[in-house]
Amino acid sequence: MITLRVNGAEHSLDADPDMPLLWALRDLIGLTGTKYACGEALCGACTVHLDGEAVRACVVPLSRAAGKRITTIEGLSRNGDHPLQQAWVELAVPQCGFCQTGQIMSAAALLAANPTPSDEDIDESMCGNLCRCGTYPRIRAAIHRVAEGTKR
Amino acid sequence: MSGFEITRRTFVAALGGAVGGFALGVRLVPAAGEEADPKPIPSVFVHVGADGLVSIVCSRSEMGQGIRSSLPVVVAEELGASWNRVRVVQGDADVRYGDQNTDGSRSVRHLWMSMRVAGAGARSMLVAAAAARWGVPAARLVARDHQVLDPETGRSLSFGDLAVAAAALPVPSPESVVLRADAERTRVGTALPLIDGPAYVTGQAMFGADVRLPGMLTAVIARPPVVGGAVARLDDTATLKVPGVRRVVRMPALTFPVLFKPLGGVAVVADHTWAALRGRAALVIDWNHGPHAAYDSASYRDALTASVRAPGTVSRNTGDADRGLATAARVISAEYHVPHLSQSPMEPPAAVARVDAKRCEVWAPTQDPQGAQAEVAKALGLEPSQVTIHVTFLGGGFGRKSKPDFVVEAALLAREMGVPVRVQWTRDDDTRHGYYHSVATQRLDAGLDATGKVVAWRHRIASPSIGWTFDGTADRLDEGGLQQGVFDLPLAIPNVRVERCPAEAHVRIGWLRSVYNINHAFAVQCFIAEIAAATGRDPRDMLLEVLGPARILSPAEAGIEKNDNYGATLAEHPVDVGRLRRVVEDVTTRAGWDAARKAGRAVGLAAHRSFLTYVAVVAAVSQDGDRPRVDEVWITADPGPVVNLDRVRSQFEGAVIFGLSAALHGSITAKGGAIEQANFGDYPIVRMGEEPRKIHVEILNGHRVPGGVGEPGVPPVAPAIANALFALTGTRTRALPLLGAPATSA
Repeated sequence: MITLRVNGAEHSLDADPDMPLLWALRDLIGLTGTKYACGEALCGACTVHLDGEAVRACVVPLSRAAGKRITTIEGLSRNGDHPLQQAWVELAVPQCGFCQTGQIMSAAALLAANPTPSDEDIDESMCGNLCRCGTYPRIRAAIHRVAEGTKR
Repeated sequence: MSGFEITRRTFVAALGGAVGGFALGVRLVPAAGEEADPKPIPSVFVHVGADGLVSIVCSRSEMGQGIRSSLPVVVAEELGASWNRVRVVQGDADVRYGDQNTDGSRSVRHLWMSMRVAGAGARSMLVAAAAARWGVPAARLVARDHQVLDPETGRSLSFGDLAVAAAALPVPSPESVVLRADAERTRVGTALPLIDGPAYVTGQAMFGADVRLPGMLTAVIARPPVVGGAVARLDDTATLKVPGVRRVVRMPALTFPVLFKPLGGVAVVADHTWAALRGRAALVIDWNHGPHAAYDSASYRDALTASVRAPGTVSRNTGDADRGLATAARVISAEYHVPHLSQSPMEPPAAVARVDAKRCEVWAPTQDPQGAQAEVAKALGLEPSQVTIHVTFLGGGFGRKSKPDFVVEAALLAREMGVPVRVQWTRDDDTRHGYYHSVATQRLDAGLDATGKVVAWRHRIASPSIGWTFDGTADRLDEGGLQQGVFDLPLAIPNVRVERCPAEAHVRIGWLRSVYNINHAFAVQCFIAEIAAATGRDPRDMLLEVLGPARILSPAEAGIEKNDNYGATLAEHPVDVGRLRRVVEDVTTRAGWDAARKAGRAVGLAAHRSFLTYVAVVAAVSQDGDRPRVDEVWITADPGPVVNLDRVRSQFEGAVIFGLSAALHGSITAKGGAIEQANFGDYPIVRMGEEPRKIHVEILNGHRVPGGVGEPGVPPVAPAIANALFALTGTRTRALPLLGAPATSA
């Protein structure tokens, strides 16, 4: 049995320790806000936090996730009101929306470490999160908006 | 979870029971000459509950274009509903909604008037109910803010209070419905909110792969590497030992034409995705590759080049282009190449189905609900009425999810297993087994007179046809493909000829956002800039000169028999050269074209009409270390009137970046009939930091009825960038991707 601590709740799973965290979240625990899109850490759609650090759940085996504090989009805020989630809605960032949970999880880790990132900081932290709809300008604007709020 | 299923059930229950509310039937009448459903049928779009909640059906699929934040607002505004008391209900596949196929950038164009009629009809019933209650003439009452008001007495009744009485009234005919005056329509056309924003940012939005049913199994499929291939030998011993694997199922082999049929292969059905993936990796399969195993993109490109160097089927002709070229003072020639591309939506195809003897129920991210319904019915031997298709959110579509092959896979496996089955495509599956954008080689020859004026133009196109996907025999681009930026290209040139040259298909060819327009705009808009460079002219001046004066381009002037014109009549949507000139003039003015060029900035321009919308782009590039980067893009579009200005703007922002991926990165190639790319490593798309730091979008309204929005931004992007790169380097690149293709993993 592997015990995962996800969004504050413990889940005991009879699962292959090599199973990527992504599939445990989606298929075994039923948290589908974390998305599958590449399976090779090339796109960031499955980004979650492992002890506060942004990781690609599609390449994190359960053996590595066990015992860590795992946060998914469902646990980022109590009422969907993380400043980034609010900024994302205010600026109407999403188009199809599929990549946006991963985008927000990456941005949240960025702002936790660096509350007022430069454009170059954003490039560096967010270049692993692909968006085929092309929402990058609004993602950038939304991160800056939250950072501005921090400064005030 | 904000599942569509739950809201749909509530809605249908309310309709069926007619308890405490009323539904309005609206007869969908296509505009004259449109190719829409030949048998328009009554549809149900609006429901007003006794609790005042207004439910509005969105019959088209949501894939990022914001249709759910657009069409329902049109209904609500005509109705006089308060937006916070409106619920949007995603429509299942249902012929009562008319055509639901969400492609061709036409949802607003097809439906905006029907949606106005739907809202106005419901309003007239509520007003009539209030008039009866008060014993006053209906004509003096007004509906707004979710209530009916009597301005003379100051009385009001809420929509909810009137719903039951209104339900007993006759449904007005669409012809009798009075639409609101323009002055009363203050919301539509402005930047409206994104209604699904909160669901998207919290992970509650349900996409195809997110659907979970009790007892559901998950399948992944090993498909033949070459289209038309089949299993020669299968050893599933190791697969069946993987914990969680339930069964290995042979899929029916594909027969030509490929249509929307599954590709065949071997399915591994398991308790969860990880087991299915591990089981598939353990399969040992020998394939018979079939008739397309010799397809090789490198040699095929040589064949296309040879093809455009000989005459083809003449499809547009005025004057005598061959003679014009033979007698010209100077001839300029160039050959352009665009590779296969993959739509690569971030959500790979996925679908869930459950089947019993009499019914099939499907949840799928499909662009074409009724197409999926028809294909599933055919595959299972059911009537379409026995197949229910629930449309989830689409994690991007771009044309891939117009083809329901993946939905049929789920239905076949659900029948085989006797329990609900979810089929999950991996990214590699999506990249290797797609319906690809048509590869194209084009040759352009221009004859110039002694003054440098273009007097002859010959355009040869060798590009496999999407028609092959459907008939298995098409040996060149179909003539209909020329409506996409060739038949509607204004050329103030006396001798013009367009020829379609042989090009056989060896992979499934399908629509990709803006389709053949990508190829045609790339060649034509680069070539006009090349003529400018060769003659020392300003590219904008040359473009405007070649387009000619503002006028309506008639089929006779174009030298064609017929322009399909995206299904619209030329009376309603003429080819308006003035609108095309206007977007060129607007975008170059906003970009400071003259000053930028004088200052030595590397800028490029392109313009294109597609999906009845006119778009021009200026791109500015600079050298960034060892590679160029696109710094800034200006895009001006004239789609005519719009519904949700913010979603329109976001579509053009996105189109710039989608076009940038095609310009810089995209290339799908085959070797031995198999696709060489697999994932975002060898089929890269633009990443954060690569996007132009500034994208300036301007939306003009130069027409009385709407054109398309989702696709038309894409075609001019790559040629504008190619033209800017030429300004930067002095070297002309005539093939996409402009920066070369990455190494493949194959």
